[in-house]
Amino acid sequence: MKASVFFGAMTVAGLASVAASAATLDDVKARGTLNCGVTTGLAGFSTPDANGVWEGFDVAMCRAVAAAVLGDPTAVEFVPTTASTRFTALASGEVDMLSRVTTWTFSRDVDLKFEFTGTTYYDGQGFIVLRELGVTSAKELSGATVCIRTGTTTELNLAEFFRINNMEYEPVPVETNSEAQQQYLAGACDAYTTDASGLAATRASFENPGDHVILPEIISKEPLGPLVRHGDNDWGDVVRWTVNALLTAEELGVTSANVEQLAADGSDNPEVNRLLGTDSDLGAMLGLESDWAVNAILAGGNYGEIFEANIGESTPIGLARGLNALWTEGGLLYSPPFR
Amino acid sequence: MSETGHQHALSYVRADMLPQQEPPVSHSGPIKWVRENLLSSPLNVILTVISLYVLYAVLSGLIPWFFNSVWDARSLNECREVFLATGATGGGGACWAVLQERGIQLIYGFYPADLYWRPNLTFILFFVAVAPILYSDRLPSQMLWFTALYPFLMPWLLWGGSFWVPILVIAGLVVGYLAWMVGSRIGGSILGGIAGIVFAILWWLFAVPTLNDSIHRVVGNMRVDQVVAESTARLETLGPELTGLETRRESVRDEIAELEAIKAQAFAPIEEAVEIARETAELAFYEEEGVDPETDQIGPGLRERAEEEGQHAASAAARDPALNTVRATFLNAVDGLTEMRNEVNEISSQINIMQSERSDTEALLLNIEQLPDRLEEIERLQESATTPGAISELESVQDVVSQTYTEMGRIGLTPVESREFGGFMLALIIGLSGIILSLPLGILLALGRQSDLFLINKVSVAFIELIRGVPLIVWLFTAQLLLNYFLPPGSNFDLLLRVIIMVTLFASAYIAEVVRGGLAALAKGQYEAADALGLDYAKSMRLIVLPQALKISIPGIVNTFIGLFKDTTLVVFIGLLDPIGLSNSIRSSTDWNGIYWELFAFIGLLFFACCFSMGRYSLSLEKKLNREHR
Amino acid sequence: MSAISEPQAEGFRLSQLIYDTRYRSITIQTVALILIVAGVWWLVSNTIQNLEALGRDFDFGFLGQPAGYDINQLLIEYDSQSTHGRAAVVGILNTLLVAFIGCITATVIGTIAGVLRLSKNWIVARLVAVYVEGFRNVPLLLWIVLIFAIVSESTPHPRDFAGGEASMLFNSIAITRQGTWTPAPVWGDGSLALVIIFILSIVAIIGFRMFARRRQEATGEILPVLWISLGLLILPSLIAYFILGGPVTLDYPETGRFRFEGGLLVRNSLIALWLALSLYTGSFIAENVRGGILAVSGGQTEAASALGLRPGRTMNLVVLPQAMRVIVPPLISQYLNLTKNSSLAIAVGYMDARATLGGITINQTGRELEGMLLLGLFYLIVSLAIASVGNFYNASVKLKER
Repeated sequence: MKASVFFGAMTVAGLASVAASAATLDDVKARGTLNCGVTTGLAGFSTPDANGVWEGFDVAMCRAVAAAVLGDPTAVEFVPTTASTRFTALASGEVDMLSRVTTWTFSRDVDLKFEFTGTTYYDGQGFIVLRELGVTSAKELSGATVCIRTGTTTELNLAEFFRINNMEYEPVPVETNSEAQQQYLAGACDAYTTDASGLAATRASFENPGDHVILPEIISKEPLGPLVRHGDNDWGDVVRWTVNALLTAEELGVTSANVEQLAADGSDNPEVNRLLGTDSDLGAMLGLESDWAVNAILAGGNYGEIFEANIGESTPIGLARGLNALWTEGGLLYSPPFR
Repeated sequence: MSETGHQHALSYVRADMLPQQEPPVSHSGPIKWVRENLLSSPLNVILTVISLYVLYAVLSGLIPWFFNSVWDARSLNECREVFLATGATGGGGACWAVLQERGIQLIYGFYPADLYWRPNLTFILFFVAVAPILYSDRLPSQMLWFTALYPFLMPWLLWGGSFWVPILVIAGLVVGYLAWMVGSRIGGSILGGIAGIVFAILWWLFAVPTLNDSIHRVVGNMRVDQVVAESTARLETLGPELTGLETRRESVRDEIAELEAIKAQAFAPIEEAVEIARETAELAFYEEEGVDPETDQIGPGLRERAEEEGQHAASAAARDPALNTVRATFLNAVDGLTEMRNEVNEISSQINIMQSERSDTEALLLNIEQLPDRLEEIERLQESATTPGAISELESVQDVVSQTYTEMGRIGLTPVESREFGGFMLALIIGLSGIILSLPLGILLALGRQSDLFLINKVSVAFIELIRGVPLIVWLFTAQLLLNYFLPPGSNFDLLLRVIIMVTLFASAYIAEVVRGGLAALAKGQYEAADALGLDYAKSMRLIVLPQALKISIPGIVNTFIGLFKDTTLVVFIGLLDPIGLSNSIRSSTDWNGIYWELFAFIGLLFFACCFSMGRYSLSLEKKLNREHR
Repeated sequence: MSAISEPQAEGFRLSQLIYDTRYRSITIQTVALILIVAGVWWLVSNTIQNLEALGRDFDFGFLGQPAGYDINQLLIEYDSQSTHGRAAVVGILNTLLVAFIGCITATVIGTIAGVLRLSKNWIVARLVAVYVEGFRNVPLLLWIVLIFAIVSESTPHPRDFAGGEASMLFNSIAITRQGTWTPAPVWGDGSLALVIIFILSIVAIIGFRMFARRRQEATGEILPVLWISLGLLILPSLIAYFILGGPVTLDYPETGRFRFEGGLLVRNSLIALWLALSLYTGSFIAENVRGGILAVSGGQTEAASALGLRPGRTMNLVVLPQAMRVIVPPLISQYLNLTKNSSLAIAVGYMDARATLGGITINQTGRELEGMLLLGLFYLIVSLAIASVGNFYNASVKLKER
């Protein structure tokens, strides 16, 4: 359905955007840009730099999808969303996909009517405390004050964890990660709990990271991944298989450096050829160009490259692959075959 | 005897005036001032002492922080390094370097850097537009025409688009006026009014988009070849330009890496010396206190004191003259690095602009290429489209086509998406458009609240109280979460536009109350005189009452604007990047993670400067109006 | 006769609906009514269609489901197994609490600042001017965030008390960066009697004041009202306290593993929000108070002196009653603003109605339509209640005008 026309100069100045319709893929192609919901700022996952260019792991996923669909990784409009506005932004069609450290849960999938298109980062909720407290386990936190990001699943996990362990605690709800960090460093809370990746990123930026320890307990499963609206399967497929393409590329050793050459010359490995569209036209089945995966990989590299460039051990965030290694290397990442 | 006595007595009389003496020290000059102004009573003495203490407490903390600051650095860590190397006491002061990198962003958000002149011009023109209202006694009233044009000019300048768009929109007013003229000839003023409003709205809803589209199509068709030629040529030059910039960026980056190494080399001995001094001092302190840091449990307070000792020793060590040369090398390197990184930033910003230009141009060329196919497809679909899927496909193709034409046929300014709006500019835009757009509605509501018509009166009152009774933040959440529910299915427009609509409704309730105050303050004789002249309601309001009432209301309107402008900071809660939202984003980048006061001080100062000056103006105007009224 | 009745015989013409002032107002109102009904219908039908398209329903049932999240500041019992409805009530009570204490302190701060700004003391007047302008011209959100940061960074950590590096005020109050712990009263046997006696003494004070006023009007004699009131307020309760054998005891906070245990904790989020709201609103009230005092013309004070009234009585009997009439209406609207501004509590993590009902609950259940509706309704009711108190006061002052 077309946007209801809105009067005034603003309409015509291009403000009234095309409405969300059943066919997001067509809309994105027609619009020429992908609207991607990200956080308003989380180190390593999505932050704008001094020129207003967004960077990070989540951002790279958006760029990969944009490259796959439109052939241009810069054809993305990043829409900053808060924890409380993200779902409305997606449901109302303001964004085409949400790549915003969002946990895949039953109720979000089923009740809120979204569709998670895979897991790009296996995370879990942890705690960080001052080393001098001498706490070695989260079970020793009874009576502590805990900073917690409001509006997230971590809030519910925290309540549950303390309840089943019969411990008392005092929650200090905060809106953003930077605010939580400020509170924690100021001593307004004894512990800060969020996704372990976030904890590591936060700790890395402290003046004296050694004064803080991340407790060994991971109290929840937090599979983070991009999500789209329920019911638009074509679009869901595009996002899902773009993510899978990045994973498969890593598995098959296709990188941003060699992908163009592989696509031009072909490879001995038939799956590489299928992936890169030299053999069969998987892209057409998705409604995309045949070189969709090549573009997606060119945008920021394969999954491993994206990981290393944004949150890996060479970055200030310094996350190890851990669970997020490929299944061939003992991790959980496993892409269905391209066939 | 008496004579001589008299003469004798006279010899004691002064013939000339004594020179005037200086008043006693205690009754003149600064001492008198101090006595009268500061120490006039015991209570005043106490108050003075307290005030002086408060002043001392605030300034003694603030001044060293402010002046002991670093302006050249690229990250908070580099700031800390500089503090360490220069031996800044108390852990150093402000790291203003963040403003050097991000200050512009805090003001303009993500607005394209090459187009900053547009918001600047909009802002300057705003003063030109309000000047005839604010200084009505000194400026010719013809300037009011520009004031009337400004609300149409402002969105065009900010958002861009073809030049005829604002003209078409203004034409809606002309259409409304004509309809009103014709309507009132036929059916009196009420029918005229209704006709005017209906026709204007119809014009805006249907005629403007259609006309706009057609003009774009005509102009676009005329310029196809030209656009294609120009775009191709541009693409050809863009490629080498981009590569040139990229190689330049690479070379600067190489230089940075070199200087980085020099910096690290210079920093190492300083850091080592400082660390040794710190550790020695801390150990000495613990020894003095009789505790062993290896084995004993140390309370945080004791640790803090030890750290303080260590800090003192560290600053002393850092200032050691023996380190002078390395320190100079280090500081030079930091300065050089900042400069180079600024350069990199600048180049990157140009690269960004060019890249987006390239991708836009490429997309446009592709669209032009596919245009004939798409037009055919539209024809084919129009014949056969019956299923919802086909209709949706048709609409989406039609959209692409009209977008292509819009691109080709645009004569005017490059469009800027409202997502790129941010920072202080965003706050100003929301505040300004909120106030400007809410004025008509506010005046209507005020008149409605004064009206004798039961229903109109009650509806106005209910609307005003409803809006005023609920906090703005709830309304903003309504704009973000719910407005899409209330509008026809499938419609979806920009968050910024939704916020402006909500803020307009919000401000209109407050403006209504201000105008109602103005209406009430007007002498009753004015209303009666208008009635006596036999003017009908519309005329008496338009010619007699409103001009006077609005004039008295200006200070109140300015105050409402100040309140609204401050309240725009709440948009951070719905994910718009106003200054506070941007400060969150900046703090989440790895370079500036942990920075705090500097950003908020800057934002606070910006707001203070704006609001304070407007408040002063409103105060002086109020005084002037009071004088005129007496 | 016929000439007079002629127009009536013409009957009702349609054009009368527009030209005849008798009918015109009805025409306009009917048109307006139709437009309004159509508008409301349009909104409602859109909403219904949109909800259907999204597969959602309009249902308040979520209020009965377990909330699952914890709230730190509780005025009524609540845990994570309580319902969303109860969480909303907790938030509403927290909003009312901060609004109430905020209004009181804002009034005190505003009055003092307003009077001091008129002070002849140069430094004091300037300093207060800086305070007033500084707070009026910078967004409240910034002040809330800044004051929260100042409060939590300038105070000692709870653990410092255990190590002896920081000490409690009067051995009972601990001001820390997580909040302020004060002794909590423990109501033992017989405390009900004590409360009753206290209430009775307040009633007695009111009675005595009425008596004193009547006495003054009748005989002109002025009783020392203030001292007797103070005596009545404190003495009976104090005597009863000792007779009953100290039924109310205090529970002192003690240092625990992480922080204090026992006692009453006033969290820094509340303190910061409270301070920021009262300082911000206080700066506006200060201007009202200053304006009110300046509005009373000098002649009034001079006339009172001519009558032989002492300065204190001049203030009490002549200046204040007149100034109040100017001060109170804007004061009420400042109370309204403060209450609405308390919705910024989320910036410091204070769990008010916006944070529980309008924040976490909406977020966890996805019931934004229902949640926002309830939230809006709550604020509307509170605002209307405050506004009606203001109207009541205005009406009562108006009666005395001659």
